[in-house]
Amino acid sequence: MLKIEKQKLSALFSKIAEDKDLYLPVKEAGQVNFAAWTEEAEVALDTLKTVKSPKDAFFPQSENLYTCRGTNKNIQIKPEELCDKAFVVFGMKMCDVKGIEVLDKVFLADPVDTFYKARREHGIIVAMACNEPEETCFCKVFGTDAAEPVADVATWMVGDFLYWQAKTEKGEALTKELESLLTTSDANEDAAVEAKKAEIRTIIDKLPYSNLSLEGWNGDVLMEKFDSPIWEELYKPCLACGTCTFVCPTCQCYDIKDYDTGHGVQRFRCWDSCMYSDFTMMAHGNNRTSQMQRFRQRFMHKLVYFPANNDGMYSCVGCGRCVEKCPAALNIVKVIKAFQE
Amino acid sequence: MQELINRAKELLANGTVARVLGWKKGDLSYNCEPAFFETAEDMENFVYDGFCGANLSKYMIEASKLEGKTLVCLKPCDSYSFVQLMKEHRVDREKAYIIGVACRGKLDIEKIKAQGIKGIESVEGAAWEDANDVLTVKTFYGDKTCNWSDAMLERCHVCKGKEHVIFDEQIGESRETKDADRFDRVAEIEAMSPEEKFAFFRSELSKCIRCNACRNVCPACSCRKCVFDSTKFDSAQKANTDSFEEKMFHIIRAFHVAGRCTDCGECSRVCPQGIPLHLFNRKFIKDINEFYGEYQAGADIDEKAPLTNFTFDDVEPGIVAERG
Repeated sequence: MLKIEKQKLSALFSKIAEDKDLYLPVKEAGQVNFAAWTEEAEVALDTLKTVKSPKDAFFPQSENLYTCRGTNKNIQIKPEELCDKAFVVFGMKMCDVKGIEVLDKVFLADPVDTFYKARREHGIIVAMACNEPEETCFCKVFGTDAAEPVADVATWMVGDFLYWQAKTEKGEALTKELESLLTTSDANEDAAVEAKKAEIRTIIDKLPYSNLSLEGWNGDVLMEKFDSPIWEELYKPCLACGTCTFVCPTCQCYDIKDYDTGHGVQRFRCWDSCMYSDFTMMAHGNNRTSQMQRFRQRFMHKLVYFPANNDGMYSCVGCGRCVEKCPAALNIVKVIKAFQE
Repeated sequence: MQELINRAKELLANGTVARVLGWKKGDLSYNCEPAFFETAEDMENFVYDGFCGANLSKYMIEASKLEGKTLVCLKPCDSYSFVQLMKEHRVDREKAYIIGVACRGKLDIEKIKAQGIKGIESVEGAAWEDANDVLTVKTFYGDKTCNWSDAMLERCHVCKGKEHVIFDEQIGESRETKDADRFDRVAEIEAMSPEEKFAFFRSELSKCIRCNACRNVCPACSCRKCVFDSTKFDSAQKANTDSFEEKMFHIIRAFHVAGRCTDCGECSRVCPQGIPLHLFNRKFIKDINEFYGEYQAGADIDEKAPLTNFTFDDVEPGIVAERG
């Protein structure tokens, strides 16, 4: 295993940033989110959960698709250029890495989303083990081991050092570029990392949601769950805001819109939320007319429709952001439990 | 709290009300949710503790359309929102049986976590019966303590007072929590240079993810169709050319609720990015007070609101140029 002193991390970041974009948890106006690294940035690697997930790095909240300019029949169409620069997302936790696997199922399946694919090809994920898991975490339910990152590079923060292990070719290449800053750990240190992993797992086993059962939730229960009267009770406190969908690492729905630039049209896409009244609005109107239906859609998608279409893979990774952020204290855990009572 | 539960059960049993609007126990010690209860059995899950910060007045818009009366639990500050909604003909007084519940200041789990308290197993001392000055927080990383006042929502530090402005009956004894002036921070921002103000608002509003939680929770935002949701105009923003474009949404919203905002603080409570949205509203409230005399939205059902009224004493529009 390799290692670097925590104090020298800024040198590591500046080395990475020489020829790559670098995204990592940064504190801005009191909140920690993934943002581009700069010399001045207040890096917050100790933060367990950023407010938004790092999915923006691969699937930004808003991005241009193409721009049209001109008048009458003389119109020029300029497609937006695809990502062609390598970038590193540093400090992703395993739930969020799993979130990207969910997005892959959607955007890399035929027809392939070229914007997303270009970012996936150029993105290098340096994942980090979760040092202090919290009560809102339930990644274990989805078979994730927060102590053992599976990404291009896996890292652990133990004592005064960051321990580093390349896991893929991309990870090996990045490690080679940074070799002047990394040193080899000794057997005692490797043992300390193993001890840290055990410590993390012990805490995770104790967390209140770690034993949440997903029994009864799969792709085969569509009508049974869809028609359940429970939704009518569950949705009531829902404010119909988009907080859960926008902090979620797996929500992937977007809208495509045109912006009138005054001398043409900019076509862009942006995250959309199934909680919104105009979500999937069509010429004939909306196919979900009540908040109960919108609320049901979100959870049916994550726990029934997605596994039905993706070999049983749920599109929830147990990050617990919705648990923390829902203004009405609703969340997917409460939904799962309500059907088990 | 047992008194409240007993009374609610009694009113359900004798048919005075068809349902109770209150808070339901969560599955963590701090995540209770707004809920309707229709039977005594349902009431087993009723809770009223330090974490019941949610203002239930807005839920009464929908509840007003239901058969029979709804018993609604309103804290003193929530009662202002209810009166304001009555003034705007959005809730039906006849459909509400209001129990003015006492309040000892409401807690904000984010403020507890901001003190470095992680992995919370339980928060003890937040129950109505306890309401201790010091909370004991059991965590997976050892037990911690935290002062109630350090864990309180911002709005409780500038509490409007212990009185309910509307109620059918009151239960419990409130506690004084005010220890700050709500306009202090506004005055500080007013004193900033234009560049400093711009930088402040840019840093705060650039965090906005446009989830609309502030709007949807706001009792003053009760339009059936918000202009920002309409597909008929270009105002339906879902994306921006830059992150600061969100300022338009927040500024327009602040203008729209000016004179109607009771300063209930829900916008700031629910913002996932911790944006101090109440500061916009307080700036308007402060200006209204200075221009038209002290006014508290929702305090009096009959009082005319300064911005929808005319008197010969009103300030001239030139005041804007004079004050800068």
